[in-house]
Amino acid sequence: MNIVVCVKYVPDAQSDRTFSDDKTTDRAGVDGLLSELDEYAVEEALKLVEAGEGEVTVVTIGPDEAAEAVKKALQMGADKGVHISDDAIHGSDAVATSLLLAEAIKKIGQPDLILTGMGSTDGLMNIVPTMVAERLGLPAVTLVSSLEVNGSTVTGRRDGDTASETIEASLPALVSVTDQTNEPRYPSFKGIMAAKKKPVETWSLGDLGVDAGQVGLNNAWVQVESFEARPPREQGQVVTDEGDGGTKLAEFLSTHKFV
Amino acid sequence: MVRMASRNSALDALSGLDSLIDADDRDLMSMIRKFADDHLRPNLPEWFDQGVVPARDLAREFGKLGLLGMHLEGYGCGGSSATSYGLACHELEAADSGIRSLVSVQGSLAMTAIHKFGSEEQKTEWLPRMAAGEALGCFGLTEPDFGSDPGGMRTRAKRDGDDWVLNGTKMWITNGSVADVAVVWAQTDDGGRDRIRGFVVPTDSKGFEGREIKQKMSLRASVTAELSFTDLRLPGDAVLPEVSGLRGPLSCLAEARFGIVFGAMGAARDCLETALAYAESRRVFGEPLAGYQLTQAKLADMAVEYVKGMLLALHLGRLKDGPGVSNEQVSVGKLNNCREAIAIAREARTILAANGISLEYPVIRHENNLESVLTYEGTSEVHQLIIGQALTGANAFR
Ligand SMILES: Cc1cc2nc3c(=O)[nH]c(=O)nc-3n(C[C@H](O)[C@H](O)[C@H](O)COP(=O)(O)OP(=O)(O)OC[C@H]3O[C@@H](n4cnc5c(N)ncnc54)[C@H](O)[C@@H]3O)c2cc1C
Repeated sequence: MNIVVCVKYVPDAQSDRTFSDDKTTDRAGVDGLLSELDEYAVEEALKLVEAGEGEVTVVTIGPDEAAEAVKKALQMGADKGVHISDDAIHGSDAVATSLLLAEAIKKIGQPDLILTGMGSTDGLMNIVPTMVAERLGLPAVTLVSSLEVNGSTVTGRRDGDTASETIEASLPALVSVTDQTNEPRYPSFKGIMAAKKKPVETWSLGDLGVDAGQVGLNNAWVQVESFEARPPREQGQVVTDEGDGGTKLAEFLSTHKFV
Repeated sequence: MVRMASRNSALDALSGLDSLIDADDRDLMSMIRKFADDHLRPNLPEWFDQGVVPARDLAREFGKLGLLGMHLEGYGCGGSSATSYGLACHELEAADSGIRSLVSVQGSLAMTAIHKFGSEEQKTEWLPRMAAGEALGCFGLTEPDFGSDPGGMRTRAKRDGDDWVLNGTKMWITNGSVADVAVVWAQTDDGGRDRIRGFVVPTDSKGFEGREIKQKMSLRASVTAELSFTDLRLPGDAVLPEVSGLRGPLSCLAEARFGIVFGAMGAARDCLETALAYAESRRVFGEPLAGYQLTQAKLADMAVEYVKGMLLALHLGRLKDGPGVSNEQVSVGKLNNCREAIAIAREARTILAANGISLEYPVIRHENNLESVLTYEGTSEVHQLIIGQALTGANAFR
């Protein structure tokens, strides 16, 4: 089974994240890494291929530094990488991102399965996977916490607040996985050394046959208008027990709709 | 509360060490740091407090990460450069010296002895399983009465037909009571000057006993044991065929010492980074502790010794990966870096004051651990004597 995993290079959530002058995420000035949520998709792909046969190809879109995300996935064990990089892509929204990914997946050669994370840890739009599936005319099984491939069908479990759904789709399909799916492996020393010899291709808009007018900040349907830092947390409310502590606590909980 | 190893970017910028470390090694280090943050640091206070560590489980995890015997070639080993191996030790010891000890003893002592001096059968039997962490090894040289002077050892291996019969006691043996295989050094009655030979001893052999040493105040997240051999019968091919004399164990020690040169500075770095973060957040007399000159003098001196220690480690790494490193040169690194690491740990402890003695912070754990690191693999005095002999030509050991 051949699997394509879409991965994203994101600013490290543990360091200070900022916006550039054009209100896009600053990716150059901060430490970046493979989005942790995508590690689950890479791990799932590796497990599926290890249990049978086939190849795992990872694809990312982003500036030069985004090659790091591909490298990390290769160090974990993926076989090949594709890095889509073009200055004109800067500031692209989910619509353009899904177009680029869909074109890249076509160029890689339709895989049996496309895996993605549940969202990126920076944008958190959570819409790109569905858009990619739509563009490729494939079924999308989203937000599953476990999945199984049997012959030509994939079955996933989606856990809701009150019920779990079991969803089945025929292959080829796109599946997005949550952080409950598995425990991503660490790249081993041998994995780190082997990654250096694995093929990575860098594709421009031209390679994908996508016009610059379809992507980038100026053509985005969605743009950031303004942003501000979250205000510091306010001091909690202290309930002093003067015999009526229980009542006050219950009032607090009910006015804030906690109960 | 779990404390992550927060790299201090100001310290990194000051040291500029990243520019001396290639990209793969930086990836290796961040992989180990992530593993340590996820699986070691949250548990270390408890392991240290209880004096219990899941050594066998950890060995399997380290096997998966490819850290066991990573600098050895073939037999499932990683074949890394010496520098990569050193940097791995550095990151492991930034978590805990006991954890690094597990990896050192497995890779640099037990596996190296078999890799360097073993027969093909011994290598194929043990090395792949040891590299995977499925079999755990230990290295028995020290005895109750002979530490710095192992040549006086009393453990004896006597010929009996084709077999060997082993009798004696080994002391302070890391992983001794949890290992599957022990590399044991013993005097033989073969005659000649080089009577010390190494033996590959499965720990389920009749007559083998490993008793864990309790009530130690250092390296508590590491298993230390006393081994005793009572008429332990070994087949003739249990001996390591390729070496006789003290050169055997001493050349393994040189490998492990090399890892310690990097490792000790890992513990030091963790102390320094903890002290820096603490000094920035702790307020005394109304101001952050970090703003006082006395504190800055401490931090500056610690940082200077850390940077010097790492430069020395990387220098030895370059030598080992290039023209070769001598035992005396490794002694320079072991002596300096252990001595300075414990000094840094002690200074860091003063900055944390009372919190410095709590296991909620890693500092006292590192400080106590480093007492062992200063002692094993050659005490400071032994390394002074080695360096002294190299400089003067005079042997002052006896
Ligand atoms: C936690 C821990 C784990 C260990 N793990 C292992 C292991 O896995 N395998 C193993 O074989 N050993 C192990 N050791 C043993 C360690 O290598 C020895 O403790 C060390 O070699 C010192 O020996 P000793 O303790 O017998 O000290 P001694 O040799 O008795 O030394 C006592 C003092 O005398 C000094 N001294 C010795 N000779 C001279 C001299 N000529 N001139 C001046 N001063 C001198 C020493 O520096 C020291 O200060 C471990 C030790 C510890 C603490």
